[in-house]
Amino acid sequence: MRVSADRDVCIGSGNCVLTAPAVFDQDDEEGLVVVLTSDVEGPVADVVRAAVARCPSGALRLIEGQEPPAGP
Amino acid sequence: MTETPVMPLHMQRVGFDPVDGLARVRENGGVTRVVTPFGLPAWLVTRYEDVREVLSDPARFSNARRGFPLPDEVELQLSEEEIAQRRAGQLLAMDPPDHTRLRRMLTPEFTVRRIGRLAPRIEQIVEQHLDDLEREGPPADLVSRFALPIPSLVICELLGVPYAERAGFQRRTRRQLDFSVPIQERLALQRESREFMRGQVVRAKAAPGEDMLGMLVREHGDELTEDELIGIAGLLLVAGHETTSNMLGLGTLALLCHPEQLALVRDDPAAVEPAVEELLRWLSIVPSGIPRVTTTEVTLAGQTIPEGELVMAALVAADRDPALLDEPDRLDITRGGMGHVAFGHGLHHCLGAPLARMEMKTAFPALLRRFPQLALAVPYEEIGFRGHHFIHGLHSLPVTW
Repeated sequence: MRVSADRDVCIGSGNCVLTAPAVFDQDDEEGLVVVLTSDVEGPVADVVRAAVARCPSGALRLIEGQEPPAGP
Repeated sequence: MTETPVMPLHMQRVGFDPVDGLARVRENGGVTRVVTPFGLPAWLVTRYEDVREVLSDPARFSNARRGFPLPDEVELQLSEEEIAQRRAGQLLAMDPPDHTRLRRMLTPEFTVRRIGRLAPRIEQIVEQHLDDLEREGPPADLVSRFALPIPSLVICELLGVPYAERAGFQRRTRRQLDFSVPIQERLALQRESREFMRGQVVRAKAAPGEDMLGMLVREHGDELTEDELIGIAGLLLVAGHETTSNMLGLGTLALLCHPEQLALVRDDPAAVEPAVEELLRWLSIVPSGIPRVTTTEVTLAGQTIPEGELVMAALVAADRDPALLDEPDRLDITRGGMGHVAFGHGLHHCLGAPLARMEMKTAFPALLRRFPQLALAVPYEEIGFRGHHFIHGLHSLPVTW
């Protein structure tokens, strides 16, 4: 599963950082979301799902499934 | 003379709880007509999913169309200049992109990391207030001695407003948001508040300090009008002290009424964060945000609502929706999570949420550890809940230890 963030939509609530600090951070300059690791599996994936559900701005997106293999 | 207005359904409480009629609306239909405390007809949305839908779609549910909706006869008496002044810098009365422009100036100040750096100072402020209480001995009013001064001092230091001014701004805030105070008096208090903040802004412009007002002047002084600075700073000051103080007062009372849960918050550091989230949800002290105005015909819970109508999203009803969690009317701090909408939802989600959380997770356990025998100094029936206020809270909380 992959998680991506749209910083144009983010309002910097910090809900994702409080929920999944290993996956999300905020930069100091703008206070907006930074995804630290976009590929998440296992128990971390459940926490990330919760973070996505709690995001007030709708800036976070989940893409279920594995990354497709790199093209030729 | 003091009016006693009938509050809309979602603003009525019995102690901590919303009234049964609100749950009935949520169960039967989900949407109902109400009259706002200003006497304007509005639609009340009560279900968790519908509340989130309203709050996350500014294109259909606008904050800017009416700003803070006042009765027409009141708005007509305000000059164009005053209406413009009232709206300047008021993030809650804006939609994107105007809202985005201002919020982006403030976002870096409220990141989890920035607020984390305030922890030692917040701990110190809490301990000082506990020292004073301990020195003077019981009984004491926990609202005026703990719940109100701690967030007031924190936001004063953060914003750059002298704490010595607290008596004035606390009184103005309390009365401005009290619907039993006549509207003309509340408008007069708003003017007073704006003039007070004008003085603070002028001072910050002359000598910008290392606080948020100083930052706004230094980094955004050329992009912001004086009225915008006044509006932003005024909003931060009100939102920074009135909300957290009511959470601290009501939250302490809620724990006193649930002694086994109080003991957990006192004795188990791991219980504190979930407890804060559950208290936020269960109390939902802000019953609804600023009313939205529909920009088009919309359908909510099967109800068609025409364009141009006021819609109020009942946060307090959403946070007691069985669709959010089982047994929503029960306080259970062990299950606390962040799915609630006590801080709102969408792009107007509370800017200061990380600060409020930090203050609560510091203050509740510190209070309970300092005074393990904390108890009400009067019977529960004598505790005065505020009845006509924009934010739910207590008049006072007499305690002993």
